[in-house]
Amino acid sequence: MFKKTMVAAMAAAVALGTAACGSGDGDDSGSGGGGGGGDTITMGFAQVGAESGWRTANTADIQRAAEDAGIELQFSDAQQKQENQISAIRSFIQQKVDVIAFSPVVETGWDAVLLEAKRANIPVILTDRSVDTEDESLYVTFLGSDFIEEGRKAGEWAVENWGPLGQVNIAELQGTTGAAPALDRQEGFADAIADTPNLKIVASQTGDFTRSGGREVMEAMLNSNPEINAVYAHNDDMGLGAIEAIEAAGKVPGKDIQIITVDAVKDGMQALADGKINFIVECNPLLGDQLMELAKKVVAGEEVESRVVTEETTFTQEQAKEALPDRQY
Amino acid sequence: MTLPVRISRSPLLWPLAALLALLLFNLVVNPGFFTVRIQDGHLFGSLVDVLKNGSPTLLIALGMTLVIASRGVDLSVGAVVAISAAIACTSIASADDPSSPGAAIVAMTSAIGVGLLLGAWNGLLVSVFGIQPIIATLVLMTAGRGIAMLITDGQIITVNNETYSWLGGGHVLGLPAQVVVTGLILLLVAVLTRRTALGMLVEAVGINPAAARLAGVRSRSITWTVYVFAAFAASVAGLMISAQVNAADANRAGLFIELDAILAVVIGGTSLAGGRYSLTGTVIGALVLQTLTTTVYSVGIPSQYSTLFKAVVIIVVFLLQAPRLRAALRRRRRPAPPPPASGGLPSGPVPVGTDLGPTPTAVGAPAVPTGREPSGSTVVGAGNDPAEGALR
Repeated sequence: MFKKTMVAAMAAAVALGTAACGSGDGDDSGSGGGGGGGDTITMGFAQVGAESGWRTANTADIQRAAEDAGIELQFSDAQQKQENQISAIRSFIQQKVDVIAFSPVVETGWDAVLLEAKRANIPVILTDRSVDTEDESLYVTFLGSDFIEEGRKAGEWAVENWGPLGQVNIAELQGTTGAAPALDRQEGFADAIADTPNLKIVASQTGDFTRSGGREVMEAMLNSNPEINAVYAHNDDMGLGAIEAIEAAGKVPGKDIQIITVDAVKDGMQALADGKINFIVECNPLLGDQLMELAKKVVAGEEVESRVVTEETTFTQEQAKEALPDRQY
Repeated sequence: MTLPVRISRSPLLWPLAALLALLLFNLVVNPGFFTVRIQDGHLFGSLVDVLKNGSPTLLIALGMTLVIASRGVDLSVGAVVAISAAIACTSIASADDPSSPGAAIVAMTSAIGVGLLLGAWNGLLVSVFGIQPIIATLVLMTAGRGIAMLITDGQIITVNNETYSWLGGGHVLGLPAQVVVTGLILLLVAVLTRRTALGMLVEAVGINPAAARLAGVRSRSITWTVYVFAAFAASVAGLMISAQVNAADANRAGLFIELDAILAVVIGGTSLAGGRYSLTGTVIGALVLQTLTTTVYSVGIPSQYSTLFKAVVIIVVFLLQAPRLRAALRRRRRPAPPPPASGGLPSGPVPVGTDLGPTPTAVGAPAVPTGREPSGSTVVGAGNDPAEGALR
């Protein structure tokens, strides 16, 4: 109770301060929002969309964590459109929420709207995906996975297991063009396999992180590059779509064509346990509790790390069989 | 008219040329595109993929053609796709035996049933309450995805049912099941609208609803019917789209497919101002769009450039069509022959009973039926000029 009152008092103080000196001096972190009238924190969260099972698990966890933490959540679904997300953030600024959190749809083009948030003294937390900006002071912290590391883990497994096999022709199913996980998972994987000459990416195309995208791209790739014998998909859903295409082409996923994916959602884990996928690098969506904790600290004016990494692991087919029964998402 | 003149004036010329040019491009860049082999007793290859993946868009574009011919537009088809997929997959997942054929049949029937209801809703708003089609269907377009999300609870529903996935991955006589289903519906529409007067009545409503009504055409029920059919086509397409991946993705299934369908109709030479339509043109339009997508994937055009590549091709197709439009406008400015007397019904020039081939007068050709001329009778829409039919 005491803490809450303190938070409210500080927020009110900052609000008054802001009102008194106009735009404020735009300090880069820790300042409270302008609307701290009540004693609950209001968070505006602009989600990418619900493009995959991973994302819906992420959304559900954030909503649950907000309720547990007593934070009022203004949730907005951008349906994979940057312009929707920008207008959602603008409306959060107008509503004077205490803190804004969002997963950017793409990496670039955020400076203007983030500057507006900064001028309104509303701290911004990035979740799951980062933005590409010169001015690091536009956001307080970035909570999320290290996608380059995920790509590297996938690549290292490929080097270890495919390296001795002879010529391996890899089809890469990329995520949404320009999205941080797509760029970073591509980079990490490419780095890891760079020194292994028999691993070669022969085709690379975006499947937009969806099943139907993965299926359609894989169909076309199998037709134009019949020598493909491995797939690296930037998420499980595209991998699942690719499985449909591979089976339709009369090949056996997991054997004729080995598959590595990233995410480890339930459907993906099931396919891994069934032997249709060979290896999954986890990308943990359950970051709600960490996010709410960060939000409280930020609103209270405490210093936070500028980069917080979520805890993640990898799964082989055997590990998937063990982990599957208690998989939440 | 001599044959060469007829061909050069056919509205199908440029879409067909675009399709051939795309195929030629593939022949040069990626000869494997034309390889069709037998795989497990069915045809397999890029061309088959074009037909298969183009089927849902084509099916929706068929419904859209009739709606546009009646001077409407249906923006809600994408949402109907999502709802149909959501209902089917949720129904299968909650069945007692999720892998039984019975569960799949119940699921598909209820999805199509709901599709018909949604179409009836659109038709009600447009034909009875007289709301402008773009607004009336916008309601369902915006609300529809929310409804689908409610049905699936925001999750991607995965199903495992052989009967259901047959629609997405099964085969009939070596051809993908979706192609066969789409082909049958195309044939049905062609026979119903071109072998009977129905097609002409739809065009009459599109050219001038008031005149058509005064001439004894039941324009209200015809308008209603085309929206119900469009939603029916969309719900079947929704089943196909979700059966392809054995999952219902309320957020992404059929996203922006209404725009693809409208594009296919317009590429095929049907004017957005209503009236004359061409089913063959729509088929070609849908094939152009899908060939474009498949080309991007199989040639390996980098993702960053793929939308640009598509846009350039489509703009080129429209630009090629544009001079024709201008020429047609010039011809219309000359004194037109006096229209045949009485009635708003297109009396003479509509050839009922030709095959599903289009009449050579879709966009802005001179032989416009009487109701279209601003002389005689109360012309309701001022936007009857073919120039307004071009995409803006």
